[in-house]
Amino acid sequence: MAEFRLPANSKIRKDGNVFKAPAGAKNVRVFKIYRFDPDSGENPRLDTYELDMDACGPMVLDALIKIKNEVDSTLSFRRSCREGICGSCAMNIDGKNGLACISACADVKSDVKIYPLPHMPVIKDLVPDLTNFYAQYASVKPWLQTRTPAPPDAERLQTKEDQEKVDRPSACILCACCSTSCPSYWWNSDRYLGPAALLAAYRWIVDSRDEAVGERLDNLEDPFRLYRCHTIMNCTEACPKDLNPAKAIAEIKQLMAHRRN
Amino acid sequence: MSDYKFIDHTYDVVVVGAGGAGLRATFGLAEAGLTTACITKVFPTRSHTVAAQGGISAALGNMGADDWRWHMYDTVKGSDWLGDQDAIEFMCKEAPAAVIELEHYGVPFSRTDDGRIYQRPFGGMTTHYGKGIAQRTCAAADRTGHAMLHTLYQQSLKHEASFFIEYFALDLIMENGECRGVIALDMAEGTLHRFRAHQVILATGGYGRAWFSCTSAHTCTGDGGGMALRAGLPLQDMEFVQFHPTGIYGAGCLITEGSRGEGGYLTNASGERFMERYAPNAKDLASRDVVSRSMTVEIREGRGVGKLQDHIHLHLEHLGPAVIKERLPGIAETARIFAGVDVNKEPIPVLPTVHYNMGGIPCNVHGEVVTRTPDGETLVPGLMAVGEAACVSVHGANRLGSNSLLDLVVFGREAAQHCARVLKPGTPHRALKADCATASVERLDKLRHAKGSLRTADIRLNMQRVMQSDAAVFRTGETLNDGKRKLGEVFASFADVQVSDRSLIWNTDLIETLELDNLLGQAVATLHSAENRKESRGAQAREDFPNRDDKNWMKHTLCWVSPQGSTHFDYRPVHLNTLTDEVESIPPKARTY
Repeated sequence: MAEFRLPANSKIRKDGNVFKAPAGAKNVRVFKIYRFDPDSGENPRLDTYELDMDACGPMVLDALIKIKNEVDSTLSFRRSCREGICGSCAMNIDGKNGLACISACADVKSDVKIYPLPHMPVIKDLVPDLTNFYAQYASVKPWLQTRTPAPPDAERLQTKEDQEKVDRPSACILCACCSTSCPSYWWNSDRYLGPAALLAAYRWIVDSRDEAVGERLDNLEDPFRLYRCHTIMNCTEACPKDLNPAKAIAEIKQLMAHRRN
Repeated sequence: MSDYKFIDHTYDVVVVGAGGAGLRATFGLAEAGLTTACITKVFPTRSHTVAAQGGISAALGNMGADDWRWHMYDTVKGSDWLGDQDAIEFMCKEAPAAVIELEHYGVPFSRTDDGRIYQRPFGGMTTHYGKGIAQRTCAAADRTGHAMLHTLYQQSLKHEASFFIEYFALDLIMENGECRGVIALDMAEGTLHRFRAHQVILATGGYGRAWFSCTSAHTCTGDGGGMALRAGLPLQDMEFVQFHPTGIYGAGCLITEGSRGEGGYLTNASGERFMERYAPNAKDLASRDVVSRSMTVEIREGRGVGKLQDHIHLHLEHLGPAVIKERLPGIAETARIFAGVDVNKEPIPVLPTVHYNMGGIPCNVHGEVVTRTPDGETLVPGLMAVGEAACVSVHGANRLGSNSLLDLVVFGREAAQHCARVLKPGTPHRALKADCATASVERLDKLRHAKGSLRTADIRLNMQRVMQSDAAVFRTGETLNDGKRKLGEVFASFADVQVSDRSLIWNTDLIETLELDNLLGQAVATLHSAENRKESRGAQAREDFPNRDDKNWMKHTLCWVSPQGSTHFDYRPVHLNTLTDEVESIPPKARTY
């Protein structure tokens, strides 16, 4: 019989630390947060933090910062813009991927459970290793490719209608919420590019200024890179910017089909 | 100290920071064939350039007559005649080519009906030397910074520039007044790295997080300014801090000036469009310093809105859903999330909020860092600065909206080109001294094991409170002296800091402490420079010296901060001369809008 073994540090210990709310707190919420200490090498644990929400901002990021500032400064997570545009604080909140800075604590019904983005190697606590994700983005050559020289001293013209096609896809913030919510990406992230990289490819395929559509499609013509998308649609569900990577992938597949006919 | 091992690197040029200026410099250098490393504490597209909304100025004339000379006039006037006119000429003249270049790189600009780059009105941007309102600010809806930053990163990928991502730069390697490189900590591996380079370009951004409420990201901690101060270099014009008129009340998130450019306006408690009183011509599109002061006066005199009468309303309801959807979709989302407001139906509660540091590391038009010694003004060999970290100075005492994104690409590009002109690829390096990193590592080790009684967050909050109350829109000698005293206590309390996390791997407790160290020096420079300057000019509004004093104060402040937190000053003349004879110098006059 085949033997299966979980990857290292997959099991989560139940004996995490508990930080009680200050005495007299009336509006207490419980945050259960994934902790992983790379120095100890021990399995990760869930720490429990009780916060007085009357003295805390509304967003999950406000709660994380309150914990770091006032309760436990060893908690590590990425954050920067705090307004949903830099994509740093992507994590799994109450079972869904999202940005902590624009996710309201009030939208979570019971205890607020916070994990790193799923199925990524964890460096520490809520900080996943995104090296592979970024490399996949780079692999689609996400820059304007042209053969025709640009007009000297003037912009390449683009109609409003053509601009409209790139307007939303180019608004991706590379937070990785979509790719790390995709079961197909979980199993095949070594070969399947995932929704974020494919949305980036699509953004250039539909840009009227780009002249490398053929090469871009060639690069995706592969059983894994593109076709591991099984239209599960978790990506679109997860996107905190309301983008639609699933539709972009479907349209790339359509372009592939048209090209063959 | 022996448990710290170094990994050594050698490059022609090292860029610290991967925002707009750092990336533009990085791939410009790579394109020129110079070996280049870009060290950044966040993944490039997380840099705060990403949050710029309204646009980038350039006299393209796509939406009506325009001329780079008008742009230059507006910028000089906006700077309240503290900007260097040679540098401003350079920036405004280069602007159209810089924006066209961005378009050729693929920035997804919004478009006009004839397919050109869309341009919107912005504060202080006029035609015919102040007579008309210009449409000069090139926009990608209301996420222009995002569009630019991602495109610049994409170009860096195309040119295969070397990145050291999530590396925190600790200190400059200085040798007899010359910069030889930089020391950095790899946050993921916990290893220390010595980067040796012929030129180090600091592109580390502003230090907005010295204040309690700011539009700046958590990562805007002015690390380059902190490194410069520790290297014994001065910072320039630190008293000039821009308050953006429309930060969301409470949250501090930015609502672009482009919302007023598209026709939005401010009202007080009685519903009055009060800007008509303060700036009869430009009204809501006056310069940011003017609008922020006007709002503060309204609130002070009891005409603020809300239960506490402590903020102002920004109206966009009259613009209609179509304009909001096409031109301002991002701010509609931000207002909904952070103010609970539907901008199609109700006004946004706003307040002047710390937004931009006009001051920074003094440098010339090529980005070369300058300082003053007893012998006069000299270059600091091997060190350059670009972007918000730098003070060229193109913004003087007050920056015009949409001139910042322009500053990034124009001077980022010029820094790269200057290196390409003066450096031959592969020029051999001298050896670094064996002890070149000792002081820096001692500081790191001391902070990593700090066992004091005050948490980093506590000291930071104390600093932010002082800066919020005393480095404010309006200042007096009394409040500034009070602030200096209180900040001095906070500065001294850093000796008693406590760090709980001892790890070297993704230890953000340690990183935040290093950032606080950088912030504190710049907070001191800001308050001391503000107290020292006995006049009102641009963003520095002294109630005890309400007038501009060109005779005594038309000069740049240079401020040195000692390790003990004391300061001393020197000055540089403002360049009233232009760079070429294509334009005449703009003589100082009273500044009204």
